[in-house]
Amino acid sequence: MSRLLSRRELIKTGIGGVAVLVLANCARSNKAAISPFADPSYPYNILSSADRAMIAAVGGAMLAGALPTEPAARAAALVEVVRGVDVAAAGLTPSPQGELQQLFGLLSFPLTRGFATGIWSSWSDAPPSDVVKFLENWRFSNVMLFKTAYQALHTIVMASWYGNNVSWAQIGYPGPPRIG
Amino acid sequence: MIADPIALGLKKGWDVRDASKLDRDLHLEADVVIVGTGAGGGTAAEILSLAGLKVVMVETGALLSSSDFHMLEREAYPQMYQESGNRQTKDKGITILQGRTVGGSTTVNWTSSFRTPLRTLEYWRNNFGLADYTPEALSPYFALMERRLNVAPWAVPPNENNAILKRGAAKLGIPTGIVPRNVKGCWNLGYCGLGCPTNAKQSMLVTTIPGALERGATLITHCRAQRFTMSGDSVSGLVCEALDATGLRSTPYSVTISAKTYVAAGGSINTPALLLRSDIPNPHRRLGVRTFLHPVAISAAVMPNVVNGFSGAPQTVYSDHFLETAPFDGPIGYKLEVPPIYPLLYGSITQGFGDKHARLLDDMPNKEVMIALLRDGFNDRSEGGSVELRHDHSPQLDYPIDPYVWDGLRRSLLTMAEIQFAAGATSVMPIHESAWPYTSWEQARAQIAELPMELLLMRVVSAHVMGGCAMGSDEHTAVVDGKGRHHQVGNLFVFDGSVFPTSIGANPQLSIYGVVSRNANLLASAMTGKTFTPALL
Repeated sequence: MSRLLSRRELIKTGIGGVAVLVLANCARSNKAAISPFADPSYPYNILSSADRAMIAAVGGAMLAGALPTEPAARAAALVEVVRGVDVAAAGLTPSPQGELQQLFGLLSFPLTRGFATGIWSSWSDAPPSDVVKFLENWRFSNVMLFKTAYQALHTIVMASWYGNNVSWAQIGYPGPPRIG
Repeated sequence: MIADPIALGLKKGWDVRDASKLDRDLHLEADVVIVGTGAGGGTAAEILSLAGLKVVMVETGALLSSSDFHMLEREAYPQMYQESGNRQTKDKGITILQGRTVGGSTTVNWTSSFRTPLRTLEYWRNNFGLADYTPEALSPYFALMERRLNVAPWAVPPNENNAILKRGAAKLGIPTGIVPRNVKGCWNLGYCGLGCPTNAKQSMLVTTIPGALERGATLITHCRAQRFTMSGDSVSGLVCEALDATGLRSTPYSVTISAKTYVAAGGSINTPALLLRSDIPNPHRRLGVRTFLHPVAISAAVMPNVVNGFSGAPQTVYSDHFLETAPFDGPIGYKLEVPPIYPLLYGSITQGFGDKHARLLDDMPNKEVMIALLRDGFNDRSEGGSVELRHDHSPQLDYPIDPYVWDGLRRSLLTMAEIQFAAGATSVMPIHESAWPYTSWEQARAQIAELPMELLLMRVVSAHVMGGCAMGSDEHTAVVDGKGRHHQVGNLFVFDGSVFPTSIGANPQLSIYGVVSRNANLLASAMTGKTFTPALL
């Protein structure tokens, strides 16, 4: 995943300097209390409850047009996406995993989220058009840090969804053959 | 029920230890310790075991075998690939597919088995003092490994994904060939990249590693080689960390191994890193530099007919036209092939997001995908990358993409689009953030010419890491000599793709098998005083 947010780079990006970084580093201990992604049957390895709400919002925008449209099915699919991201992040070695966690922290903590993405409401209340706008900005940003972060989110969200057999019918993939 | 040769061997009493199960430190002694069990390590292990030497193989990954291979990407990438299939260069510009399991990348590769191109060998002889690297001298070793691994041109008709490369190229007068594959009784399923579920692929996992274990070798899995210890100008030991069952984190226990001879075979990122961690003499700063990747550009087409690029042997047609017609002192040349089209891989490389991305994924059975592998390292404008250590001593490859490579990526996108349209594609889309499906060759030609060749806009991947411990006769420019022996450390050998002084210009597995079988035979002779011929196996 992405190498993100060395102190020097964050300052270079001019989104608020050291104070913002310090706050971002606090973000991981500042867990949001309520989340629809708190089913005790799946103990999360990496994602805090705030991270899960963030991935659900980002995943919802990234996978618009791919996820089911019926609300209950869409919500269930998003839970699958969030869990898949958690599994994928847990499978990384410490250095890339640490970078990814810094990204999640930046996006989950309200103040850094606001500065970095322009989204000042909580992730669960963020208008989808704002999420799309932030992703599009990062995708083509002149700031390498944001471009890298977009690609990290893209890879892990798409891998989570298209690695999951619930996504296959829509794209016409029959799944692997049965053998023996 | 498909017999699992690994399960059978374990039942027979092979000496395989899982370091994640250790509850104390472990010390072993051997004639030869080999770090890594991929194309280089596996080949060396069998040859040295056959010579009567006691071999210990050290592997970071797990021992997985056919009963574990379910043709599911979300299982296979985390279990068997470095960084779950998402190992990246320092600036994140290139994503690298590299194995991390017993058998290394041979367990998960797509079976393409080419001898080292003659022009590559000629370049090595002329530029690196490798006078022994003649086709005549190496041919017996290639033949040996081709027999051992059942390498033969694929005799079954290519799947449609490959047939399109053949048809489109033929329309344009571009010659293609049939890929030689290391398979025996292949079911033509198409899931080689996720571990062969029928044991047809003659990877190290089912050939040389069992061969070595049958002859008394020891295999330790979940065991990460940390550093060689030195005594004077020789290696005196290997220190490893036992990893937990996930293979991601170390446990409190160490594994130390003493041997007469030490072989590094962890591949072109992990081998230079192991040497960098080890206080191995590096007087001319050649260690870890000139690492090559065969940077890959990708072109996706929509065909009017069903392709089913996930089904059938994944890589069976190739074209070397754009290598053979490219002089080394001109623009970079490239080899054309196709990849399998698996949903996770295809979904995550395809550009964009939201509804646009979803529509690009629709009708996956009608997609055709082509790749171009750029031949880096044959020109002073192509110096490759360098392996560094992070703060936690894990390796990282810094490979800045230079203008010479960017130019080749663009030219290869043009070539692939032209071939895909010639084969009847209704649209062609380069894998690039600013590209969209072009509906004619004229449109594609104009648009590809304008695509910004920039980091993280143009998607660049690699499945071939080579170099970093280059061989050569001159210790000022090379890390090891032509026999794989370290120039400064007499009992240390490098037997993997990191010895290549340039990229190969073809899928490298058979180059590794050939060079390592030669050098392992020479080492066996030197250690036992007996003469071995390539008929050894």
